[in-house]
Amino acid sequence: MAFFLETLIGGLMAGMLYSLVALGFVLIYKASGVFNFAQGAMVLFAALAMARFSEWFNAALGGDSLLVANILAFIAAGGVMFVVAWVIERLALRNLVNQEGATLLMATLGITYVLEGVGQTIFGSEIYNIDVGMPKDPVMMFENVFEGGILINKEDFIAALVAACLVAALSIFFQKTSTGRALRAVADDHQAALSIGIPLNRIWVIVWCVAGVVALVAGIIWGSKLGVQFSLATVALRALPVVILGGLTSVPGAIIGGLIIGVGEKLSEVFLGPYVGGGIEIWFAYMLALVFLLFRPQGLFGEKIIDRV
Amino acid sequence: MKIRSLALAASLAAIGMTSAVTSTAAFAQAKEQFFPVLVYRTGAYAANGNPWANGYIDYLKLVNANGGVNGVKISFEECEFGYATDRGVECYERLKGKGATVFQPLSTGVTFALTDKAPVDKIPLVTAGYGRSESQDGSVFTWNFPLLGTYWVAADVAIQHIGKQAGGLDKLKGKKIALVYHDSPFGKEPIPMLQERAKMHGFELILLPVAHPGVEQKATWLQIRQNRPDNVLLWGWGVMNSTALKEAQATGFPREKMLGVWWAGAEPDVKDVAAGAKGYQALTLQHSAEPNSKVVKDMLEKVHAKGQGTGAKEEVGSVLYMRGLISSMVAVEGVRKAQERYGKGKVMTGEQVRWGLENLNLDQKTLDAMGFAGVMRPVQTSCLDHMGSSWVRVQTWDGSKWVPGTDWYQADDKLLRGMVLTASRKYAEEKKITPRTPEQCKQ
Repeated sequence: MAFFLETLIGGLMAGMLYSLVALGFVLIYKASGVFNFAQGAMVLFAALAMARFSEWFNAALGGDSLLVANILAFIAAGGVMFVVAWVIERLALRNLVNQEGATLLMATLGITYVLEGVGQTIFGSEIYNIDVGMPKDPVMMFENVFEGGILINKEDFIAALVAACLVAALSIFFQKTSTGRALRAVADDHQAALSIGIPLNRIWVIVWCVAGVVALVAGIIWGSKLGVQFSLATVALRALPVVILGGLTSVPGAIIGGLIIGVGEKLSEVFLGPYVGGGIEIWFAYMLALVFLLFRPQGLFGEKIIDRV
Repeated sequence: MKIRSLALAASLAAIGMTSAVTSTAAFAQAKEQFFPVLVYRTGAYAANGNPWANGYIDYLKLVNANGGVNGVKISFEECEFGYATDRGVECYERLKGKGATVFQPLSTGVTFALTDKAPVDKIPLVTAGYGRSESQDGSVFTWNFPLLGTYWVAADVAIQHIGKQAGGLDKLKGKKIALVYHDSPFGKEPIPMLQERAKMHGFELILLPVAHPGVEQKATWLQIRQNRPDNVLLWGWGVMNSTALKEAQATGFPREKMLGVWWAGAEPDVKDVAAGAKGYQALTLQHSAEPNSKVVKDMLEKVHAKGQGTGAKEEVGSVLYMRGLISSMVAVEGVRKAQERYGKGKVMTGEQVRWGLENLNLDQKTLDAMGFAGVMRPVQTSCLDHMGSSWVRVQTWDGSKWVPGTDWYQADDKLLRGMVLTASRKYAEEKKITPRTPEQCKQ
């Protein structure tokens, strides 16, 4: 029982981290109707910027004020993500207003390669460290209830908390602010939003900036866990089944989807894996999402599309 | 009209000049031994691929700085394949046409793909420390050279070392050893040897595959917590290794009970785990980090001091840099050996280089003179043994650097030979290859 609970909790915390990346997809899709394939590359780019700026600032400050270096690096990396958002809007999206969804998807695929290449060219392709003081050692809980207790990874626990706070903040932003409502209006219909005076270009820059900040937070958390290196870009692939399951237009869907996928893949790998040779968690997550799609094609919380014939 | 004539004349002149330059280049090329270099400087494994490639190329530059191979200069060309088998094969096809006479695939997957192609193209494949383990048998795998060691050697030595730490191989009975491996041909390669050893000594082998690139291992380490193995063997590459060490720390598995293969024992694997990886051990393909060796000093003086270094000066002498450098050295020595038979100062063909690689004899005196004292032990190949050496050490990460052990291990020759012959004969049967006899080898 204790081991099952440990796996379950581990899955929930991993799921929360997937939600964080999935949020980036949802934000941009919700606000612009673009399925942003470049979200993973944005995570990598943001994490690379954060890691290198932190290193450079720390060296410039004499090596003994990591906290200050990290704060400065966060601001600088946020600035870099703003520039990235602005450049993407200027060079790619502005020219594709009202184009087919597939065209926009292909554009983000191109942006992925550009960000991966440029990121590694500017910041390097070694493994870099982001040290934000996350605890690395585990803690044992409920030792009186279960023999041997339940092991909780402190780093995952804190990361899940940060992710939960960010999700809550974004939900409020979308539901309660005028900019949030404008973002949703743009997502519904570009031309209708333009006709009532919503500045499309500014809205797109804003949404890509917000997605950039989400990517930065995800990059810091994942980078602190795994080290900052190229594979961070593949984290996006872990979030794809989450958005398939949760629905592309729902912030709560990204969270619930993340939790289901996180728990599903860990339980499957641990309890089912040994019978089928192991290594099943990646495809199992997609299979789980596809099974859900059979019953709810729009995802768990996605908007039902009804067309009049 | 006048402008058009001028443009035409300029174009013709440019074509003429280009032809002249090209023929000069072609003439120069004829005097050079061409080395194709498969690299991965981008992608998930770039952090590990870069130092290997830099060491490999720097050594070729050092050879040129010393006058070439008996006067024959070395030319080279990189091909980026991102550790993807299909792109690796593409690189091979492109570079073989440029006069490649020896090829290093730098990937077990690519080695598997090229093993059938090499005999047709007559290009030897050097796979120092990776590739197919049974290709040690030169009577069947006539073009493969897994020089210095294979994964069966590594697996065998790993169990010897764990047995030694436990107080003897007989003490392994009833113990559990988990293999956390990259779910690829590379990661699966040691399994037959470990299964054989498990049968011999009565320990339980737990197999835990990790999907590429290896950034998600939580479930794997939960299983380790559940099974509570006595030791964990780490057969990873790239980010998988540092992730495994971080997960071990997060689940409280003692790092001193973890032993990595030589591709899981370099600086990028432990650097960002630092003190969290203290006590972690890894096998070495003979060498460890060798910043004080003579060959490294020569490299800094003759290549890097002249601004010709391929990578950063600080990286020279690191584990993977040395791996690339040594891989380069054995290939160059194959060419040198071939020249002894086919003519010094001549450019060798693929077949001639193969003969050179089959007759390598790098004794300690030669290695010491080349600057490899304390770095390597002798390597001697033959027509039937394409590996040439199975010396392995164990190094330990002390939290800031790799510390090489003093004990040298060798694979159990009887066990290894038996497995190699069984597997290679099976391959020969499948591919309808008639193994070479010792008499044929003398020809």
